[in-house]
Amino acid sequence: MIHIPILRQGKPYKSIDVNKAFHYRTGEQLAEISQANIGLIRRDLLKQGEMHAILQGFSTRELISMAKKAAKHFAEDELPLGDSMQSPDDIVRQITGTTGSPNVMVRRNMEKVRGVLDSMETVLAGLTRLPDLDMLDRGYGDIGGRALSFFPRGHSLGVILPSNSPGVHSLWAPAIAFKTPLILKPGGSEPWTPYRIAQAYIKAGVPPEVFGYYSTNHGGGGEILRQTGRGMLFGDVGAAKAWAGDPRIEIHGPGYSKIVLSDEGAQNWEKYIDLIADSIAQNSGRSCVNCSSVWTTANGKEIAEALAERFAKIAPRAEDDPEAAVAPFASPDIARRISAMIDAEMDGVEDLVEKKRGTPRVAEKDGCTYVLPAIVNCSKEHALANREFLFPYASVVQVDASELPDCLGPTLVCTAITNDKALQQRLLTNNHIGRLNFGPISTMKISWDQPHEGNLFDHLYARRAFQSVLETVA
Amino acid sequence: MSTAIAPELEAQVQASRAALDAHVREIIQWHFNPDTGCPFWLDWAAKAGWDPRKEIHTYADLDKFGNFEDDALRGGPVRRWVPKGYADKPVYVFETGGSTGVPKSRVQINDFRIDYEQFSNTLPDASFPKGSDWLMLGPSGPRRLRLAVEHLAQHRGGIAFCVDLDPRWVIKLIKRGEIREAELYKQHCIDQALTILRANKIECMFTTPKLLEALCEKINLAKYGMKGVFCGGTEMTPQFHRFAVEELLGPDVYFAPTYGNTLMGLATHRAPAKEDNWAIIYYPPAPRAVLEVVHPDRTDELVPYGATGRVRLTTLTKETFIPRFLERDECEREAPCAQYPWDGVRNVRPFSKFQKSVVEGVY
Repeated sequence: MIHIPILRQGKPYKSIDVNKAFHYRTGEQLAEISQANIGLIRRDLLKQGEMHAILQGFSTRELISMAKKAAKHFAEDELPLGDSMQSPDDIVRQITGTTGSPNVMVRRNMEKVRGVLDSMETVLAGLTRLPDLDMLDRGYGDIGGRALSFFPRGHSLGVILPSNSPGVHSLWAPAIAFKTPLILKPGGSEPWTPYRIAQAYIKAGVPPEVFGYYSTNHGGGGEILRQTGRGMLFGDVGAAKAWAGDPRIEIHGPGYSKIVLSDEGAQNWEKYIDLIADSIAQNSGRSCVNCSSVWTTANGKEIAEALAERFAKIAPRAEDDPEAAVAPFASPDIARRISAMIDAEMDGVEDLVEKKRGTPRVAEKDGCTYVLPAIVNCSKEHALANREFLFPYASVVQVDASELPDCLGPTLVCTAITNDKALQQRLLTNNHIGRLNFGPISTMKISWDQPHEGNLFDHLYARRAFQSVLETVA
Repeated sequence: MSTAIAPELEAQVQASRAALDAHVREIIQWHFNPDTGCPFWLDWAAKAGWDPRKEIHTYADLDKFGNFEDDALRGGPVRRWVPKGYADKPVYVFETGGSTGVPKSRVQINDFRIDYEQFSNTLPDASFPKGSDWLMLGPSGPRRLRLAVEHLAQHRGGIAFCVDLDPRWVIKLIKRGEIREAELYKQHCIDQALTILRANKIECMFTTPKLLEALCEKINLAKYGMKGVFCGGTEMTPQFHRFAVEELLGPDVYFAPTYGNTLMGLATHRAPAKEDNWAIIYYPPAPRAVLEVVHPDRTDELVPYGATGRVRLTTLTKETFIPRFLERDECEREAPCAQYPWDGVRNVRPFSKFQKSVVEGVY
């Protein structure tokens, strides 16, 4: 039996409390995961200062070089997993086993992680906008003759990870290159990727002491966020609300990402329908950057019908089928409850995909439960107009151009396909949009030097006023 | 884990059962005698239409009472619980934590002293030296624990130094989501403890798991001369047990986990054995209190040894009679052992069906 230990400053620790991870379909036990008690976490976090000091002994260049090596180890090598070893094929099988995500999606997310590690220099340059990354080592420098200095806001980054979105790991992985130790709480169903990223870094030469990996309960997760200098939380509406207002915590809740079509964009919608469909359904709709509503100034009904036509063809497929487009739910009960919630809120509209498909939204295949894609065409006031669910779901809402963007609300990614300069200007000044794409760009498209949600450097470092006279003080 | 009574213990177990039955008869005679019983039970018997003194002869006969409803212990008047036989004695009233609403009350005259004197006999003198002073880092206010630990210290020839700690305030803070305030309150309690420890030679203490963790984040108790820690008040997992012994305290400080509450008294732990893998095994202070492990839905049915069930308490003292009370805890049923030839409980934890509705605080 695979045992995934706690990592206490990199040292494996086997707890008496273990959780069991089961295959979503067969029920076979795949691993046991050591659970950390809260006191143990608190005690370890007393050493954050020491952990931080270790990373200060490396230059940013050295850490970038290690990240590049770690990318290769992560993607290609056998790496320790408790007392056993894990190959790249093993982890694909394991993530599929505990989350239900088809192999093809898991591989795509692994590639995302490899990509961010491999491109660390580009990522850091994009996040910091510094012409010279050596400034991070010196702590000061100048740009165009203006003095600049940075200091770390905390001694570590605590990260509370989700169970269902292996792609998010690319967001915190650069912390090591920013000389910030990592305190990770993996999601219950996805303990695999964060453990492997830590092992890849360690094999690449990063001292094990700068990694904490604590599977733990809700209380333990809260303790990590309270005790670490900076935090990052991936969670649902409730979890996000609980930490809202704490500036130490970067919250990654629902994204409510959107595509906006106006004037020629709305008239020529057929040209963009593939992009819209991909933004909704890629990764089985399980990312905060998945489009969850389309806002158009014309042809709303036609767009909704065209999306429904495409999505009606999506059917459950085997986990190793490269064409698999929708992931099953590890818990059939959650699948049924999500679908029932949508049905309960239809209030005069209908799921156009279900109508075209002619079969229920919740489907069973080979012992697995799926929620098949759903599209509703509704007004901006409708309860389903601005929602996000854990499967390919979107509303199509027709509005007047003058209502945009005020009607959009919080939006992590907004792709606007329009030539309307005034609307573009309004979008640029809107403070609810996290990332703005002008033109036909998928909401899923991530550019490593353009962080889509928060900026890790700004989160980990603050700028200070700085003056110096560079001479030896007598 | 034992799944049956060891054959060599059979005679001891039979003897303890016989003693329990005799004790039950004595207690029932006292509580249902109009000259000595308390108004609550005398009224109950009058309404029930049967005389327990005539029909209860063994411990098993107590099933006739059905499960005790703890609402009877909430609110007042508390005087209905004072046995007439003790009407002229000084009476204490102790309250439970109140984490499930209005606290439950228990009147006592001497029970807490008797319980803790018995418990004192189970403490190793090398780790809880006679004559040494104690720190009581636990709840204050109307709590039995506060006076009981002080009596334990005095009984062993020491002084108990206490802190101010209101766990009900912590519960309110947690329910309101004010975790930072709760943390500050915990530090306030730790500060009080540190002041005492720095000024006095303290070798023994009582505390709760969370406060032990918090105190050990500040100081090394062994270096401060601590020799024994008696710990209880909230759930303790095997992992916490191991963590406390291996990391918080180290080899020079004895760790005595206990399970107790205002209604039962104090259950002592069986000395840890390697094969138990840090499981915490408690035995009640029979025959004064009996812990059983029953089926969660069929609560008159004991689960087999080793199986999981809900904890059922029966308290049998002349001051308090509480038959068949279902605790909000679950555990595994533990077979009798040579030191305690009656049923014990293993790894007590909050009853899973209730977990969402109960908030526990820093203590």
